[in-house]
Amino acid sequence: MIVVDKLTKRFDGRTVLDAVSVRFLRGKVTAIVGASGCGKSTLLRCINGLETFDEGSIRVGDLEVQPATLQRIRLQVGMVFQHYGLFSHMSALANVMEAPVHVRGLSKSDARARAVALLDKVGLSHRREAFPRELSGGEQQRVAIARALAMEPAALLLDEPTAALDPERKAEVVKVLDRLAEEGTTMVIVTHEPAVVRGIADVAIVLKNGVVVAQGAPADVLAEPSPPH
Amino acid sequence: MLVAWTALAAIFLSFATGCPSPTPAGKGLERIRAAGVLRWGGDTQGGEPYVYDDPARPGHLIGFEVDLAAAIARELGVRSEFVQNDWSNLVPSLERGTFDIVMNGLEVTDARAGRVLFTRPYYVFAERLMVRAADIPSFGGASGASGASGDPIALLASLKGHKVGTLSNSLAFEMLRGSADTVIYEGVEEPYTDLQRGRTDAVLLDDIIATRYGVPKPDLAVLGDLRDGYYAIAARPAEPEVKAAIDEALGRIAASGELHRILDGSHIWNARQERLATWSAADQAQMLGQPPPPPVFGRAHVVLFLKGAAVTLFVSVLAMALAIPLGLLLSLVRMYGGGPARFLAGVYVEIYRGTPVLLQLYLLYYGLAPVLKLGALTAAIIGLGMNYAAYEAEVYRAGMQAVPKTQMEAALALGMTRSLALRRVVLPQAIRHAIPNVTNDFIALLKDSSLVSVITVVELTKQMTISAVDVRTWVGPGLTCAALYFAMSYPLGILARRLERKLEGERNPEDAA
Repeated sequence: MIVVDKLTKRFDGRTVLDAVSVRFLRGKVTAIVGASGCGKSTLLRCINGLETFDEGSIRVGDLEVQPATLQRIRLQVGMVFQHYGLFSHMSALANVMEAPVHVRGLSKSDARARAVALLDKVGLSHRREAFPRELSGGEQQRVAIARALAMEPAALLLDEPTAALDPERKAEVVKVLDRLAEEGTTMVIVTHEPAVVRGIADVAIVLKNGVVVAQGAPADVLAEPSPPH
Repeated sequence: MLVAWTALAAIFLSFATGCPSPTPAGKGLERIRAAGVLRWGGDTQGGEPYVYDDPARPGHLIGFEVDLAAAIARELGVRSEFVQNDWSNLVPSLERGTFDIVMNGLEVTDARAGRVLFTRPYYVFAERLMVRAADIPSFGGASGASGASGDPIALLASLKGHKVGTLSNSLAFEMLRGSADTVIYEGVEEPYTDLQRGRTDAVLLDDIIATRYGVPKPDLAVLGDLRDGYYAIAARPAEPEVKAAIDEALGRIAASGELHRILDGSHIWNARQERLATWSAADQAQMLGQPPPPPVFGRAHVVLFLKGAAVTLFVSVLAMALAIPLGLLLSLVRMYGGGPARFLAGVYVEIYRGTPVLLQLYLLYYGLAPVLKLGALTAAIIGLGMNYAAYEAEVYRAGMQAVPKTQMEAALALGMTRSLALRRVVLPQAIRHAIPNVTNDFIALLKDSSLVSVITVVELTKQMTISAVDVRTWVGPGLTCAALYFAMSYPLGILARRLERKLEGERNPEDAA
């Protein structure tokens, strides 16, 4: 479980997150929605320390987010970026194997077996040797998901995973997320497109101008075009 | 490089750029009289006692050649004007018309006698051999205080296998050919300091130079004089009337005792000079001898050029092999190092990029010599390598900045430490970005390596200037030299472009976001 308590983050005096308190439950898929600039990506990046915050606290499991624990926290939460961030000098397979070998210390053959299985799971077993430049956006994002899963994180943070994709590619990725959700993977998905998460999320949180304005079942929170009364 | 390329430029560009060109044959004296000025070329660098800046009155030239030029001009009814020119290019500059005559310790050599018109001499010098005083016994020489003893032929033979310093294209250089392992200098002080430091075993130069620059050093001693030589004024072959007029003027100046007074004024009169007052046509013929026809630029020269090219390649490759890791280290320190280290790396880059590599080489080889006696090749490689490291540091820095920030974030998010992410993710990509520029820098280095001739390394360009004097034309040597540089750099240029195109294709369009 990830617990965010009264989190405040300012950029150059502008308050991006204003005392945000939320929790992300184990085995559940939480969607954070809101217009761009509402602070949802910043919230996600604070959890694994890619951003620092000004006030409040974040706990991941029994670890408090602070510089000394970042390394351990990053091993527990995987991250998927809007623009994939695949290592462009490595093949799809090498991208997935990289951290298990060099961070976890897995043997090459174990890491390879794991990577092969994960690429198969995201439907890319035929693209193992391809380099990022040879993959479509949807394929790159699926490799990125496999890469994050290869570290066997307790939770997966996804920052606008489909925002850069056309509808067809979007569907490929959503299908993978759907399957992960069914398997009970803990996920936090940040998106500005409610439609993407409507079928996947267990909980939805709506952020507006750095403040939580609604949270609850997606059907309730995301159904109406305007915020509830 | 400066020396050689300016000379090349002088030859190849003088046709195109409308530089002042010599007047038609036979009109030289008319031109001088019409202008009222006799322009004479020389070099004030290491110019004492020939022509040099008066220490008491900077900007004012003194020296026995200044006095002599004034006397000759007076005899011709004009005034004299000194034109500063790099010494090794005096003859090419004379040919292209930069000045009317050359008078600057220009020794009468076969190669020069075939290229310019020499007047009667104005000074008789001796080729003086100096060694370290401690080594006198090992050369079989008598360690007499006067030193000028011993059989010249035996002395020359005793140099076999020894390193002997001298000036390029000098009479001594021609004498030493085949008799010793010659080390070529471009200044008159350095041969003697290097002899003191043991970089060479002997120095063979004109007695005037030896007296000024060698003899004052207490640990050096004169071993003997190998032969007499002559300083004469050079005029253009197409202007025999200029030579004739100067011969007459010199004759009067010598006969009247004025030459004696001028030489005395610089304390260089001696018994050898007595012949000058009664110089005859027979003496002149003997001095000039029968210059053998110039050697034709051919196979033997090409072999020397290939050796020069090998030296160029050797120095360049090793210098780059030093520049690449040092540059990488500098760029890493500059981007990720702590405050003081980052500052120092920045200072290194700015200083090495902000000062001429020629000066850096000079300081490394001569300036540091009292504490660190590097060999010439070693100094050349280290000097160029350290200079290029500054440029490579910037290339890598640009390469690292070209790697999208998201690559580092993705690596960190996977639990990598910053240094692991740098090593596994950022650097490999940065180096790919940098490769085309590194290749281009290597091409530049190939050509910059010609600068190491100032620290006595004979590489391709230096070989060209030596051969050009030998065969009395720049065309064959110049074109061969250019062809060899081109043959080395063109394939690299193609490689760089190919790598660039490959990387262009590799760039992930999504990374740009």
